[in-house]
Order: sequence, then structure tokens, then C-alpha cells
Amino acid sequence: MRAKDYKVLESEMAGWPVRITSYRIGGTWHAKADNVSPGATIATSRAATEQAALEAVMGKARARLAATRRFPASAEGRK
Amino acid sequence: MAEYRSPEVLVETSWVSAHAAEPGVRVVEVDVDTRSYDEGHVPGAIGWSWDTQLCDPVRRDIIPKDAFEGLMAASGIANDTTVVLYGDNNNWFAAWAFWQLKIYGHADVRIMNGGRSKWLAEGRELSADRPEPAPTSYAASGPDLSLRAFLSEVSDGVESDAIDLVDVRSPAEFSGEILAPPGLPETCQRGGHIPGARNIPWVEACAADGTFKSADDLREIYANAGISGSKPIVAYCRIGERSSHSWFVLKYLIGFDGVTNYDGSWTEWGNLVGAPVERGA
Repeated sequence: MRAKDYKVLESEMAGWPVRITSYRIGGTWHAKADNVSPGATIATSRAATEQAALEAVMGKARARLAATRRFPASAEGRK
Repeated sequence: MAEYRSPEVLVETSWVSAHAAEPGVRVVEVDVDTRSYDEGHVPGAIGWSWDTQLCDPVRRDIIPKDAFEGLMAASGIANDTTVVLYGDNNNWFAAWAFWQLKIYGHADVRIMNGGRSKWLAEGRELSADRPEPAPTSYAASGPDLSLRAFLSEVSDGVESDAIDLVDVRSPAEFSGEILAPPGLPETCQRGGHIPGARNIPWVEACAADGTFKSADDLREIYANAGISGSKPIVAYCRIGERSSHSWFVLKYLIGFDGVTNYDGSWTEWGNLVGAPVERGA
């Protein structure tokens, strides 16, 4: 078996750049979202269709990114 | 164009495709997302989990020597085996594994250039089979702690200006704008960086397809940031895996001497009571 229809697209969610990678292995579509910088995987999904895999991964990624707190440069970094 | 200092530590996907099944070669996938291996992997490759097999499961530390010997033996790796590592996220944890294999003295370790994503993008063959290699007997050396930096060495080096610190996290983590990569849990109490560190994100070493940039490009990136090799270099990130990627670049591709990975990284320094912290770019 091989990965087919390998695609990478870049988007923005909750104010953060996101990269979505999708591909099909056999009958399963896989999708992964990373945060571009630093490139860490923040969500994955697998589904029977490309659209379902993408919708699932984007939903998870959006929720996780929305929870990321920003600290102004003048603050002392205290939680 | 200049060659990498140690070109033998890097193999292309085509090389792996041609040699993975040879006796004496063991391909190992090490991913950030430990489920990736199960989707399909390089035929014949075994999978290691960074968070259970490449660390001490009780205290925060790298894998203990006896556990390392057990892992290698169970993986069918002998002392003279060529180990080829690859993984997702541009080989983050493949580099983490590479660093530990070198700490314990394995002679022939290589990284597959471009990692898992390049293998997938090229449409190369995948397997779902889990190989069951015949166990070997394995004797590690070391640990070679000249490859690893501890808190006290970093702290002393900062105070005496005796080291060049390279923070390989993203600019937003370096500045203190965020406490962890976007979308990941916060794992430190303070944001910012170790005083005096230069911010050279790990990803600057990679081309768009995840392969490493040329030796000339890599030297230029670090030279432009003031890293010349005139002092010992300490790389750090959040937990030590991204910095093992940069450690690999600095030591094996550029060829600086005296490069160490501070795996305590920001999750140690940024949680220390009383440690000095700089914020901003």
C-alpha cells in the first residue's frame, strides 16, 4: 500500500497559522493539523472520506488553538 | 558547494527503499504522534515510542543504560547494525533517538532525510506489518555526557558568558508571548528565554519538503545569528526534542565541536524558582 492524494494546505484558525496535511492509505483518509511554527501536530483524524477527515481535524485544531493564551510583551509572563 | 561535515549520517528515501531489507540494517520509526506508525510505515521498520521507550518512565531523564540495551536487543539491533531513524514532524523524535543512541555509543546511526512526510509524499510503499526481529545481545557504552548539557552547566555558562546558547523554539515562545506551541498544553510557569540566548528556530534548517538545507545555507543561518563555533554551543527548546534536531545539524551537518543538547530545556528553566528570564525578541 501507498499514501495517495497527499496534499498540504495552509490556513489560519483562531489567529494562528495552521498547516493541514491529508492523504489516503487504502480506504482510510488521514488528516493532520500542525501549528506551522514550530510545526507540532495539534490534531489528527481519520475518516472514510476526505471531507469528513478534514472537517474533523479542523474542528479539533480550532478548539485547541483557541485555548492558547497570549501574553503581552510588557507582562512578566505570570500565569 | 561544501559537503556536510558527516554526510554518512544522512540517507535519502531512495537509499532506504533500496537497503531497508538488508541484513545489518534496521529501520526505526519514531514519531511525535505515536499512532502514525500504525497507519503504515516503511516496510520492515519497527516503531519506538518516544514517551514510553526513549525515556525513564519514573524520573525525568533519558532512557537508562540497561533499558537502552534491552530496547536495542529486543529490536534486533546488534552493536554493528546500521540503524536508520525517521519520523514525523521533520524527524523531531528521530533526532531525539539519534542523540540517545550516540550517548550510548552506537556507531552507525543515520537519519532518513525528510522523514515520514517525504516518504508519504513520494508515494513510497507502506506496510502495516509489525516485524518481530530476532533478539540480539547488545552492550552499550557511555553514557557520553559530552553530548548533553545539564542545568548547572547552562547556569554557569550563562553567568560566565562561556557558552553560546541557541534557543530553537518559535519566536513567539522565545519572546514569552506564549508558554507553549499554539494548541499544546502550557508546561511552564514563565515565558521568555534564558538570558543571552539567540533565537534560531529549528525549522530554519529545513527546506519545504522537510529535508535539510545545504551545508552552506546552514552555516550562513548560524553565522548570521552570531554562532561561529568559537565557544561551546548549547541548544535547547521546550523538552529537548526540537533541540536534538538542531544539535544534529550543528554537530553533524555543520560540524561544530562542543555542541550539547540541554534536554531540561524551557520546561526546566522556565519553572525554576529564581532563575533569570529575558522576555522579548
